[in-house]
Amino acid sequence: MTVSRRNFLRGAAAGCTAAAASVAAPAPAEARGNKELPPEAVGLLFDATMCVGCKACVVACKEANGLPIQVPMERAYEDPSQALSPTNFNIIKMYKEGKAKTKDVAEDGFSFIKRSCMHCVDPGCVSACPVNAMTKDAKTGVVSYNADACIGCRYCVMACPFGIPKFDYDKAVPEIHKCQLCNHLWKEGRFSACADVCPTGATLFGPVTKLLEEAKRRQAMEPGTVAQFPRRSTETGDKTKEKPAAKYVDHIYGEKEGGGTQMLMLSGVPFDKLGLPTLPERSYASMSETVQHTLYDGLIAPAVVLGGLLAATYRSSRKKGGQEDSDE
Amino acid sequence: MSNYESAGGRLVTPVTVFLAALVAIAGYFVLMRFLFGIGADTPFGPVTNLNDGYSWGIWVVYDVVIGTGLACGGYALALLVYVFNKGEYHPLVRPALLASVFGYTLGGVAVMVDLGRWWNFWHILTPGYANPNSVMFEVAVCIALYIHVLWLEFSPTMFERWGWSNAARRVNKVMWVLVALGCLFPMMHQSSLGSLLIVMGAKVDPRWHTMLLPALFLLSAISMGFAVVMFEATLSADGFRRPRETPMLKKLAVVLSGILAVYLALRFADLGYRGQIPALFRGDFLARMFWLEIALFALPILLFSRNAWRESPQVLFAGSVSMLLAASLYRVDGFLVAMTPNGDAFHYFPSVPELMVTIGMIAFEVLAYIVLARVLPVMHGHAAPQAVAVPAGD
Repeated sequence: MTVSRRNFLRGAAAGCTAAAASVAAPAPAEARGNKELPPEAVGLLFDATMCVGCKACVVACKEANGLPIQVPMERAYEDPSQALSPTNFNIIKMYKEGKAKTKDVAEDGFSFIKRSCMHCVDPGCVSACPVNAMTKDAKTGVVSYNADACIGCRYCVMACPFGIPKFDYDKAVPEIHKCQLCNHLWKEGRFSACADVCPTGATLFGPVTKLLEEAKRRQAMEPGTVAQFPRRSTETGDKTKEKPAAKYVDHIYGEKEGGGTQMLMLSGVPFDKLGLPTLPERSYASMSETVQHTLYDGLIAPAVVLGGLLAATYRSSRKKGGQEDSDE
Repeated sequence: MSNYESAGGRLVTPVTVFLAALVAIAGYFVLMRFLFGIGADTPFGPVTNLNDGYSWGIWVVYDVVIGTGLACGGYALALLVYVFNKGEYHPLVRPALLASVFGYTLGGVAVMVDLGRWWNFWHILTPGYANPNSVMFEVAVCIALYIHVLWLEFSPTMFERWGWSNAARRVNKVMWVLVALGCLFPMMHQSSLGSLLIVMGAKVDPRWHTMLLPALFLLSAISMGFAVVMFEATLSADGFRRPRETPMLKKLAVVLSGILAVYLALRFADLGYRGQIPALFRGDFLARMFWLEIALFALPILLFSRNAWRESPQVLFAGSVSMLLAASLYRVDGFLVAMTPNGDAFHYFPSVPELMVTIGMIAFEVLAYIVLARVLPVMHGHAAPQAVAVPAGD
């Protein structure tokens, strides 16, 4: 084996160039920021202080989406659905602490919380899906699922910070299931069944900008001030009866969380106690895509690295050829 | 002709029969999975214990993420031999390549078993469906391409066996291109296997979740590659009763120590930068897992620190095992242990059938390695009389 020092250094230099290129080349690419709210984004405003826990929305959701109700319809409020599942896109959960005496208070109080897809402004599931089976509508911002495209990898399940997409583990032909804001009802002039049916106005449908306005109006009210609140949808003109404004925690959940969501929430109990994750303002999708774009945009960095590798392997193949001859 | 030879020996032995039985058991559960679903009930418990909190279990984390890491031997040696021009390690290349071909091909098979809607798999490689923003897309494309490159890199070995010397010569002529591609693709997807965790955000404990995940996964994958070469070389020497490669493995140990030192420095620098050092001393379960990982990563550096220790095949073997456990644990922690799903209380521990499928995959890999090493010219000839490939009779 006669490796001349000069040849060795030359090869090693080429190798180092390739390695260095892999580190240095990515630098120029730009970071991808959070995505913006689509122009006609629609969503829901859930006000926990108005929710009485009747679960009419849970049943209405099942009806609207053709999902099985597990008890006779007249006792639908007894439906045992406790968690989101492939047959349960919307759930009302209860928070209880201590003696659970006062509603919308963290200590010795209780509260209800709606859990369903948040329709993120910059959804992790959409970024994660390798085959565009999860998409976000460019106009309305609704995040929906297309089983025909799906490969069943469940990266959406892993990527969602809210635990929303649900998979059929016990089926040979499984699908992902989640709330799509009842976009299949829109052509009939209807809107999200959960908001449509909500008797108290706790769940309200509408354009996200109007929902945010309404949320801010409620937060600005002096607690106890008697007022009317929109019910069902901001667009239908339905109002609640006059009632006193509630005392809220100073936070509109979904305004900023994870880059913002099209479902906004108000509550008297801090949101982390209601089981909602504490998320930074920067979306995780933007972090992930920044890394991917930095490394792979235009395939420039891989091309540079490959160039270095080819130079190195070509040189070493020339040298090895000679070496093998000498072996024989 | 090349100076490689087959290991020879009988194909039907108690070991190979036992391995085949494990493969058959796994085959039964894989059949159940395809007939009834990933979480379907079998007489031996559910096919998997996957749920919407832990939707990726050992089939993803072991069979694919760790499995392809363990299959990085071919990649790591190619970097050393062809890119850094260290020709003296050349004798280790073919056995390493054989293990890589199998590790990656089985990783690909495991993906198909895990995919819920596997019949749509081609979507991921099809414009119109494919989403280049997805980390999974990058992983899938690179692994798919790399499996092909690996088979091409390995093909001259098979051609030699079949006496197709022309075909072997032709592939060898463009081998330098294949080797370059074979260095590029693992660099891309082994790092991306770490990037998979970035979008999971707050669900992954901040002691593991960092933007440097791709770099840490890549470095640990290369280390796994070197460690697995040492591991396999030792086992092959004993199992096939061949001379040891200790002088070469000894030097490999130094290379491995260097990469491990860089890995550890990067990991701690990142934890420091992100203010996570105090969290390492919190004394919770995850902190203990972290230190166990670090101990396993550091042990090889200690074991390989003295020339006299490196002379011992046992020390080399122990160090490589420690390294393999370290990188495997790092991956299990990142994907499963340090993962806290939002919502309901989720738990995950693999079911018996789920474990049997993974064990069956490993058994298949070992079985195929033994069979092919006995049949194909993958072992480096030591120019000694035993180099003639007569069946050893065992």
